[in-house]
Amino acid sequence: MRERIAGGYDPFVLPFVIGMIFIFIYLFIALIRVFRAMPGSDRKKFFLSLLNPTIMYKNIRDVICDCLLHIKIFKRNALLGYMHASIAFGWFMLIVLGHIEVMLFVPQRNGTLHYPIFYRYFVAEQNATLKGAVFFFLMDFFLLVVLSGIGLAMYKRIRSTALGMRRTTKPCFADRVALWCLWSIFPLRLLAEGFTAGISGGSFLTKPVNMLFANFLGNDMNVLPTWWAYSTALGLFFLALPFSRYMHIPTEVLYIFLRNAGLKIHHPRKGLAEAEIYSCSSCGLCIDACPMNMQKKNLKYSSVYFVRFQRRNNKKKINEIAEKCLMCGKCVALCPVGVDSCGLKQAQRATVTDKLPYNYSFLASAHHQGGGPSMPLAPVSGSATGNEVTANAAAHGAGNATGNAAQSAVGKDKVLYFAGCMTHLTPAIIKSMTTIFDAAKEDYVFADKDGGVCCGRPLMLTGKVTAAKEVIERNREMIQDSGCKTVVLSCPICLKVLKEEYNLKGITLLHHTQYINQLIDQKRIRLNHSEESFVYHDPCELGRGCNIYQEPRNVLSAIGELKKANKEKKESICCGGSLGSLTLNYHDRVKITQESLKALTFDNPDKVITACPLCLKTFSDQSTTPVADIAQAVAGNLK
Amino acid sequence: MATFGYSLTPSSRIDLCKFNQEKWNRLVELESDVLKCMACGSCTASCTAGKFTRTSLRSAILYIQNGQEKQALELVQSCLLCGKCFMVCPRAINTRNLLLSINKIYSVK
Ligand code: SF4
Ligand code: SF4
Ligand code: SF4
Ligand code: SF4
Repeated sequence: MRERIAGGYDPFVLPFVIGMIFIFIYLFIALIRVFRAMPGSDRKKFFLSLLNPTIMYKNIRDVICDCLLHIKIFKRNALLGYMHASIAFGWFMLIVLGHIEVMLFVPQRNGTLHYPIFYRYFVAEQNATLKGAVFFFLMDFFLLVVLSGIGLAMYKRIRSTALGMRRTTKPCFADRVALWCLWSIFPLRLLAEGFTAGISGGSFLTKPVNMLFANFLGNDMNVLPTWWAYSTALGLFFLALPFSRYMHIPTEVLYIFLRNAGLKIHHPRKGLAEAEIYSCSSCGLCIDACPMNMQKKNLKYSSVYFVRFQRRNNKKKINEIAEKCLMCGKCVALCPVGVDSCGLKQAQRATVTDKLPYNYSFLASAHHQGGGPSMPLAPVSGSATGNEVTANAAAHGAGNATGNAAQSAVGKDKVLYFAGCMTHLTPAIIKSMTTIFDAAKEDYVFADKDGGVCCGRPLMLTGKVTAAKEVIERNREMIQDSGCKTVVLSCPICLKVLKEEYNLKGITLLHHTQYINQLIDQKRIRLNHSEESFVYHDPCELGRGCNIYQEPRNVLSAIGELKKANKEKKESICCGGSLGSLTLNYHDRVKITQESLKALTFDNPDKVITACPLCLKTFSDQSTTPVADIAQAVAGNLK
Repeated sequence: MATFGYSLTPSSRIDLCKFNQEKWNRLVELESDVLKCMACGSCTASCTAGKFTRTSLRSAILYIQNGQEKQALELVQSCLLCGKCFMVCPRAINTRNLLLSINKIYSVK
């Protein structure tokens, strides 16, 4: 291995070096900004997480899988995954190999910025030697990998459907500059290395390029200009990087570390949120994901644009999008980076709504006014209104004797049934649940028999966090005071907030789908297997919100044939009734409902089954196929 | 002058001159659905907060139209944004945004 250029320097490296220094300084300042905007406790949590081997393992795994290999995109569409992975991983390998070459063969140049990148210009080697052949081959191989990815990316700009995307993002100006640079970096590198391959050696890709051009271009004349062009493209790319979508490349690594440390969003644009906003790669997967985009006019409300306006701090647009979103969580579930745009939108809403006046003084009196007819959540065991307890102690004892119930939380103590305010508007669910409780001889307490106070989740979603906390605190006390160890809920919206915000120690929270599934497992209810076919709709808050997908499917398989929906589980389409959206009007909602129903009924099921009172009501208004709650379906098939 | 022995107390007297057109326009801009309300009262009947304290979207809208902003505001400040009124409204009014918008516009003096 011999240095071809004495001093190891040529002026053409300057654009690259300037770009590199700029980006290092920029990133350093950005990093400090993110940390300074964080609450002190979060900073501490982050630094402690770096000492935790489990979290560190997770960090490294996530960086490799998400940033380099893009496994999540692969799972959605192999070609699209390959496009992202080939560019990221290929480029990464080119950089790593360049550094290894320098370390091994010209250690005196260790620590220079430009040497590993322009190695082939400065060093001559024969590919007859082993080290020449191996590294040249590897470098050419990874260059080919990157070039194939770039080729796909160009093709995607023209025909996005070929890569499984119906719609793709509109790039902004800095995006375009960076994009052109990125697209030209690797072809230029191929040319530059090709022109030099005659002097400093090459492999299966660069050699043929060299020979090809030797026929009609004087290679030597072109060497320097192409290296200049290559270096300039790199330099420009780094200069445009902070203002373009490619900022996600460095930021995503930081975001993975912050996320795995368990930090939460405190401010819609600062601290963790800032890292999140800049991690968005503008890949546009959230555009096709969003149920609002059944209508083209709603494209502008996609999460990717929310994030883009966040970067530009365009208050008007940010608020408009934040208020429109259904908070169905689909874009978050499908986002390859894991940008929690719903969390960001909620924080953004809080900047507007949290300071609005409210008056919940009635909460206190509602709590202490023992036993009045309007007393919600009254039936603390032994209290005056405790008479709705349908105790059947003897039969319950018999249930324990089978040995099953004894180990499980259900059946051990009294069960608290919390229907939720929405469920009171669809009393068929309540009736079915009481039938099921009775059939299972459950010893239960009906918490909000005469109506209760809202769970607080709608307030949370609206951004009225302070108000929500008041409601939550009051409900929490009452659930805790009831002494019940299991709470069964019929409304997924309640379940979500009870799980996340109530901090109920030692209390098991079950949605009625989970509860019924347990009853079946423990053989506490016996069911007819009917001829009917069902399709199950995953309510947003139950599926994506609480990760409950399997239990309802088990239950439905027990009473009939379970058919598949066109889009289900993580990809299920919101029913359109979501309380998440503030400004979406009825007409837009109907379109979503219809689209959701179309996806559900594509295999012609006899019934659409859901597990949320709001979905039930929303679907029932529009559907030609009968719609029922899972509790109704089970209660109708009890033996 | 003959007295009939009864009169209107000032507090319940409607003074249409107090109606603020500008604020109303802003309300319509934020949630045009307010124009669709037919004062059926379904929202009030199903209201979660209404079980404990006086809460009524229907009355709030009427109060606003009568220029009684303070009374209107009092009727919506106990709202929990639970969305039951949204589920029952026969005119499919986006009630939650309407409630929020009333709070936004009429709580500034
Ligand atoms: S938010 Fe996620 S899915 Fe949407 S463009 Fe950004 S990275 Fe892609
Ligand atoms: S949460 Fe749902 S409605 Fe909101 S942007 Fe994401 S996919 Fe669209
Ligand atoms: S339910 Fe709808 S139409 Fe009826 S009073 Fe309330 S807002 Fe008006
Ligand atoms: S959203 Fe407010 S006004 Fe409507 S039912 Fe709930 S508490 Fe009552």
